[in-house]
Amino acid sequence: MIAELGLAALWLAAALAVLQLSCGALSVWSGADNEIAQLTRPAAILQGGLVGTAFGALLWVFGITDLSVKLVAMNSHTMKPLIFKLSGAWGNHEGSMLLWVTVMALAGALIAAVERRLPERTMQATLAAQGFVALGFYAFLLLSSNPFERLAQPAPEGLGLNPLLQDIGLALHPPTLYFGYVGLSVAFSFAVGALVTKQVTPAFARAMRPWILGAWTFLTLGIAAGSYWAYYELGWGGYWFWDPVENASLMPWLAATALLHSAGVLASRDALRVWTIMLGVVAFSMSMLGTFLVRSGILTSVHAFAVDPERGSFILFLLALYIGGALLLFALRAGSISEGERFSVASKEGALVVNNVMLSAILAVVLLGTLYPLLTEAFDIRVSVGPPYFNPVSAIFVFPMLAVMAVGPLLRWRRDNWGRISRELALTAALTIAAIGLLAVIFGMAVLPLLGLSFAFALGVASFLPLRGRKLTRVPLATWGMVIAHFGIAVSLFGMASESAFSEERLAALEEGQQTSVGPWQVRLDGVEPIAGPNWTALSGRLLAAYKGGEAVEIEPQSRNFWAPPQQTTESVLVTRWNGQLYAVMGGEGVDGRWQLRLWWKPFVTFIWYGGLLIALGGAFALVGRVRTDVKRRSAERRIAARRRDEEAML
Amino acid sequence: MRLALALLAASLAMPLAAQGEVPPAPYAYRQLDDPAQEAQAQDLMETLRCLKCQSQSIADSDASMAGDMRHQVRIRIAAGEEPEAIRRWLMDRYGDYVSYEPVMSATTWPLFAVPALLVVIALLLFSRRFRRRS
Amino acid sequence: MSWRLWLPFLVFFAFLGLAAYQLTQPRDDVVKSAMIGEALPYFDLPPAVSEQPGVASADFSDGRPRLLNIWASWCLPCIAEAPQLEQLKEQGAEIVGIAIRDKPEDVARFLSQHGNPYARIGRDDLSEVQLGIGSSGVPETFVVDGSGRITYQHVGDIRPEQVPILLGELRKAER
Repeated sequence: MIAELGLAALWLAAALAVLQLSCGALSVWSGADNEIAQLTRPAAILQGGLVGTAFGALLWVFGITDLSVKLVAMNSHTMKPLIFKLSGAWGNHEGSMLLWVTVMALAGALIAAVERRLPERTMQATLAAQGFVALGFYAFLLLSSNPFERLAQPAPEGLGLNPLLQDIGLALHPPTLYFGYVGLSVAFSFAVGALVTKQVTPAFARAMRPWILGAWTFLTLGIAAGSYWAYYELGWGGYWFWDPVENASLMPWLAATALLHSAGVLASRDALRVWTIMLGVVAFSMSMLGTFLVRSGILTSVHAFAVDPERGSFILFLLALYIGGALLLFALRAGSISEGERFSVASKEGALVVNNVMLSAILAVVLLGTLYPLLTEAFDIRVSVGPPYFNPVSAIFVFPMLAVMAVGPLLRWRRDNWGRISRELALTAALTIAAIGLLAVIFGMAVLPLLGLSFAFALGVASFLPLRGRKLTRVPLATWGMVIAHFGIAVSLFGMASESAFSEERLAALEEGQQTSVGPWQVRLDGVEPIAGPNWTALSGRLLAAYKGGEAVEIEPQSRNFWAPPQQTTESVLVTRWNGQLYAVMGGEGVDGRWQLRLWWKPFVTFIWYGGLLIALGGAFALVGRVRTDVKRRSAERRIAARRRDEEAML
Repeated sequence: MRLALALLAASLAMPLAAQGEVPPAPYAYRQLDDPAQEAQAQDLMETLRCLKCQSQSIADSDASMAGDMRHQVRIRIAAGEEPEAIRRWLMDRYGDYVSYEPVMSATTWPLFAVPALLVVIALLLFSRRFRRRS
Repeated sequence: MSWRLWLPFLVFFAFLGLAAYQLTQPRDDVVKSAMIGEALPYFDLPPAVSEQPGVASADFSDGRPRLLNIWASWCLPCIAEAPQLEQLKEQGAEIVGIAIRDKPEDVARFLSQHGNPYARIGRDDLSEVQLGIGSSGVPETFVVDGSGRITYQHVGDIRPEQVPILLGELRKAER
């Protein structure tokens, strides 16, 4: 019953999306102010409620493990803990698509409810675009991926969820990424709306910006969570493999970062109009491209999704429709949108343009490297493009970008001279060079980690320079956001470079009672015993790990066997200190009764994700700051308008 | 309790049987004694694709074949072979696919040409955009 | 200026074509050996069971083409292809087996249950020969000509309809 309710809500929502699209389009076509236009916003708002209901229904059937629903029977199990039953609702294709449209419909409802500062015609076009995009996804769900499909006979027991996915990481990772993707869909709709009416103004950028900031913040969190999850769950200590699926989440982030900065230029200075529109389209294209790559199974990936070429065709069709359509519109329309204000190279805009070009170049490299195997396979040649390609090639663009990032925020808008900030420039350059020299002499490191550490130090200091000489309590929240996010990049970079340069690995085969060392740690194997969990059994090692001869901590890495579905996993244990992590993995038993252990000491590895959190925190600060300023600005405008009306009435 | 342990032992034996009961190759899970050689081997292993697994390097996989490949890499490094010679040896057997490091060839040149082109375009863009105005 | 605005659309269009083409192609995860046409590398494997001799690369240079079957007793598809190997043997093919990561008692049990089509069986505990000839899984079957050159690779278990193909390849290798 609940499942049917969910399905009915979805169908109704799809019908409302048709209404939203046609009312929006009609009112744009006939000039905005008429009765038809009055229907667009309520259609969007009601849709949000309906899809929310459908998602609630899905959570319900997963929560009670209703085995007459096919999706539950295929992906869940009565013996799973409740939290993983619920998170399992989006641990599969259909459920995750429903989560996607849920977030999308809620976002659509929110803009329909609150966004009133743009010209109504642009808003109608934007809402029509949003309805159009949503409609495609409803069709996808209802026609080829119905999450509420019933089985003729209820299954006696569910097939279970891949044990790697039975993890808190899964509970968080996909929703945050989807919030990001969907936020970009709103930016996309705004861009299309503005292309239709050709009203690309600072007000447009200000309306779009909170959505970009929100999307970007969530994407950052999603990528950080995903990478930490892979790090501790896959059991080999790697956190980024340049795998197609990982790249699929990185590409929208790169595009969103570029969009965020160019929208800032448009909002403050009315420049980079065409470029911002272009990025608005590209950012969402990258989200959809990612979805296509992940779900069509067209590329080999370690993060296997249940893939299906038929679904792949459907998503490709949607991609062709939306992205192809938007790019066609762009090609036809953008020529008549003027470029906007001009500026000199030594200016904040100048620095932001460099940043945008560099980000776009990195995006192009990642896109090329990810899709290239697809191209050669068309000619029956198989190649692999991996870390030895992506790391150095993207570095060509990353390091100049970091340099500009260190000094760009110090520049003034429109026109500035380098002399004014010469002291700061000299400080940053000196820090970088000193760090390069010192590190090269002391450690004799490889080039990339060396540059990474040096730039991290310099950027870490430089990111606070915009605050110099200012009264900290009066610095706008958005500026704090920028400072924190830039500092976060430095922190994350430091973690990556340190992990790459200083990690130590120890593979050991120990008898009970023997010990080994890795970095500053002494690790003793105290014993191994079998234990059982709710849906698994495990061999659990008891290790005593002591840092530099200090007191030992007891850790218990496990080698787990799940039985539904049957699969073996390693449960690694991480011992976190402020200066790094000990990573311990239990392997199998050797012939001679020794136990295989894999140990790593990874200095400052946690900084990678602390940095990610800081970046997201910066995004959140900027978001709150921007929204607050906007609200103030709007209420001020309303007061002025009211006073003017009063004055006119008096006259 | 006894029964539970017996069941446990049975369920633990199953996946091992599926992999073949032969113990892993000597150097699949054992480091070379010389840290410099081990570092060389590690760097190489991280750039070789495990042919049995979905897109993982042989340094990140528990598949027995990945273990055998690690063994090959380590004993060859220990015997004094250059890492690039070992990569070549594998590429002669499995094609370019086995290496994550694309080499410049008739099929892969765009991977290197496009970034170079991007650098040129970026420089052109900056010089044109900024010279025109200042 | 305006032609540049079409650039993103054109790039996207090219991607679309490529992706659509690839979707229609059957997904092929097979990694083919690059050793076809090359001579077998040197090896000398001990026997996998006591009753039969081991396998060395030198065995392949007596002028007679052979099938080289890479298999293992723990591999399920190998059971499925056992009747086809038997059939190939009956039709005159000489089959040399290499057992990957296997124990003599398991090999013996497998042979007694599923038949023994092999003239000789080598024991490859470290997958050395497998890696040496560019094989990436079990079972795989190679055709090796009379001078010890690999001429053909069959990936996966041999289905009944594929028996004639392998016989044909053997005949080709004779010339």
